[in-house]
Amino acid sequence: MSNIHQVNRRDFMKLFGLASTGIILGCTSTVEKKFQPEINKDFFAPNLFIHLEKNGNITLIASRSEMGQGIRTSLASAIADELEADWKYVAVKQATGDAKYGNQNTDGSRSVRTRLEPMRKMGAAAKMMLISAAAKKWNVVATDCKAENHFIINTVTKDKIFYGDLVEDASKIAIPDDATIQLKKVEDFKFIGKTLKSVDLNHFTHGTATYGIDVRIPNLKFAAIVRCPVTFGTLKSVDKTDAEKTAGVEKVIELDRIVPPVGQFFGALGGVAVIANNTWSAFQGKLNLNVEWDYGENHSFDTDNFKQVLTERLQETGKLVPGSRGNTISAFKKSEKIIEATYHVPFLVHAPMEVPNATAWFQGDKIEVWAPLQDPQTARAELAHFFEIPLEKITINVTFLGGGFGRKSKSDFVVEAVALSKEIESPVQVVWMREDDIKHSFYHATSAQYLKGGIDKKGNVTGWLQRVAVPSIVSSFKPMSDYASGLELNQGFTNNPYKLDNFRLENVKAESHLRIGWLRSVVHIHSGFGNNSFVDELANAAKINPVQFHLNLIGKDRVIKGKSNYPYDSKRMKDVLNNTAKMANWEKHYPKITELELLFIIVFILM
Amino acid sequence: MSKILSINGKSYTIDVQEDMPLLWAIRDIVGLTGTKFGCGVAQCGACSILIDGRLTKSCSMPVSYGIGKEIFTIEGTSENLEFLREAWNDGNVPQCGYCQSGQLIAATSLLDKVANPTDKDINDVMSDNICRCGTYTRIRKAIHKAVALKNKAI
Ligand code: FES
Ligand code: FES
Repeated sequence: MSNIHQVNRRDFMKLFGLASTGIILGCTSTVEKKFQPEINKDFFAPNLFIHLEKNGNITLIASRSEMGQGIRTSLASAIADELEADWKYVAVKQATGDAKYGNQNTDGSRSVRTRLEPMRKMGAAAKMMLISAAAKKWNVVATDCKAENHFIINTVTKDKIFYGDLVEDASKIAIPDDATIQLKKVEDFKFIGKTLKSVDLNHFTHGTATYGIDVRIPNLKFAAIVRCPVTFGTLKSVDKTDAEKTAGVEKVIELDRIVPPVGQFFGALGGVAVIANNTWSAFQGKLNLNVEWDYGENHSFDTDNFKQVLTERLQETGKLVPGSRGNTISAFKKSEKIIEATYHVPFLVHAPMEVPNATAWFQGDKIEVWAPLQDPQTARAELAHFFEIPLEKITINVTFLGGGFGRKSKSDFVVEAVALSKEIESPVQVVWMREDDIKHSFYHATSAQYLKGGIDKKGNVTGWLQRVAVPSIVSSFKPMSDYASGLELNQGFTNNPYKLDNFRLENVKAESHLRIGWLRSVVHIHSGFGNNSFVDELANAAKINPVQFHLNLIGKDRVIKGKSNYPYDSKRMKDVLNNTAKMANWEKHYPKITELELLFIIVFILM
Repeated sequence: MSKILSINGKSYTIDVQEDMPLLWAIRDIVGLTGTKFGCGVAQCGACSILIDGRLTKSCSMPVSYGIGKEIFTIEGTSENLEFLREAWNDGNVPQCGYCQSGQLIAATSLLDKVANPTDKDINDVMSDNICRCGTYTRIRKAIHKAVALKNKAI
């Protein structure tokens, strides 16, 4: 089997800690039946996501991490809509990292896509129970009752009962069977699809939202870590004298690299940690360390040189990628014009506004963590693995994230904090300096690509050859992954929207010397840039208005599937292009203003 | 040696070395975490505070500078800040929210000085504050809105 296929879909999902069907189902209302509602006088909790109190207040659980995308608001609104709740009673609480909440991996731009229906069902089931409780109370059939804005209404007598007054009775109602749950019609939505203000606005405008870096617990120490400037280099020696003398510094300790097992987890880079009684002293202590490193196998890695190497490799034929079709060689022979171009993307770092940080308290037989995490379940599993503590003894409190962009999917900073807490037997907060964030990230990979295209007399594209060299994300989980995986190429390379009879895609070797991660929109960063820039070149050569050229190349209306679960529609794509051109006043400016470049990227339709 | 910092009208006695940046004294010693760390080198504005009314990057000013002066942070309240908060709410400005303490403090200092700021006035003051989420257009709108709210209230 070729390397392109070495990671099949399942493995890939596993590697990335993405949804397995089991976990998603683990959170449908059917399985939720295992959750026994407590018969309680004070609150009604029909499932893990809803908690209704006698005063009418409803707390809804957000199972995805908030990093600016508004997910706490949108998930809560999905529950509240089906529940017919009055928004003013709604509060949102963040779930701890725990499989019982379903998959919590806030990655891949699909929280709403995958969680909308389960959340709606949670709300709908609770509404049914409230209706049943009211019907029982009135001694009428449930079909004579309806829910409206925090009340159950008897449609015959017009009597009303406030949700809060149904707490006790509703707790005694059996959870409805999944098959009987009816969801609202789209036209009846009150919150879903509407513009709602963030439920967290007041916290954001008063400085009271707790991000990871704001966590304060008793006896908290602060730590900064110096890591080897070359990825995976190791410590040779350290002179701690100056660091230890720094005001506020309490301890300097060496931290071994924590190597993840093949196929999963992130581990930690290791280095030398300075523990202090405040963040700044930890930073100062770190700067005062005198460290000698053994740079290891990546010591000669140089980004300029690597760019050169990748570019040279583009001159040779790469591995043919399935999805290639027709015959580009004969197509080029018959072409009127041949255009060639080479494109580069540099390594990119996420630089979330809030630097990576984590607070951990290792307590012998249990661990508690507070951190800005996109994927708390993987962090929990990772800690269980490295520190040999059972999963249920590990609590991951998910704070607000001051930006994530994929950086906070990787839990290396949590592993560091736990390792240090274990060592110093005290709660500790690890804070990365901004310089650390830029120097030691899980970088979005660099890439080089070569494109060759032919056009005929009428300006039609006759053939398209594309060679792509991009270090694979898989390399962070599996050594020797020296080619982009099929799933990576399927983000805009194999499944570009163009109607091309002669298309040849080649995968070119690109080994990794850094920790490669993903940055929002992932491989589309490479494919979007390369494809669209090149189409622009072709349009130019054909002397055709690029908007029209793009539309021609996309071709007739159809659904483009590739290997994706989420096919896309070329008509909608063309509509976007047409409307954008209109809004940008394209026709008026073209061709005079050449800066008005046209770039059309099908952003991030993941797998 | 203990020192007294006056923050949002309240006195805090703290025991730190004088060269500790105000940011960390405020966050770690006083315990007001609304003021944020973004870069530590006066480049991002996340740590913005007012010192005797002057917009200051607290990551780059030592504690000694703040002694005997009036410090104002996002935990505080002022007429202009309240109008800005209302406008921020109206426009649903924040995304992740992390930069917004600094944005609001910078905007407060702008309105403290210029009653009816133009886009250029806004650019001049606000361009020191990075928003990684890119809420800039909403911030600009909200500042204009705050002015409108205030003018209506008067
Ligand atoms: S933290 Fe002070 S300007 Fe960035
Ligand atoms: S709102 Fe996220 S950095 Fe500004």
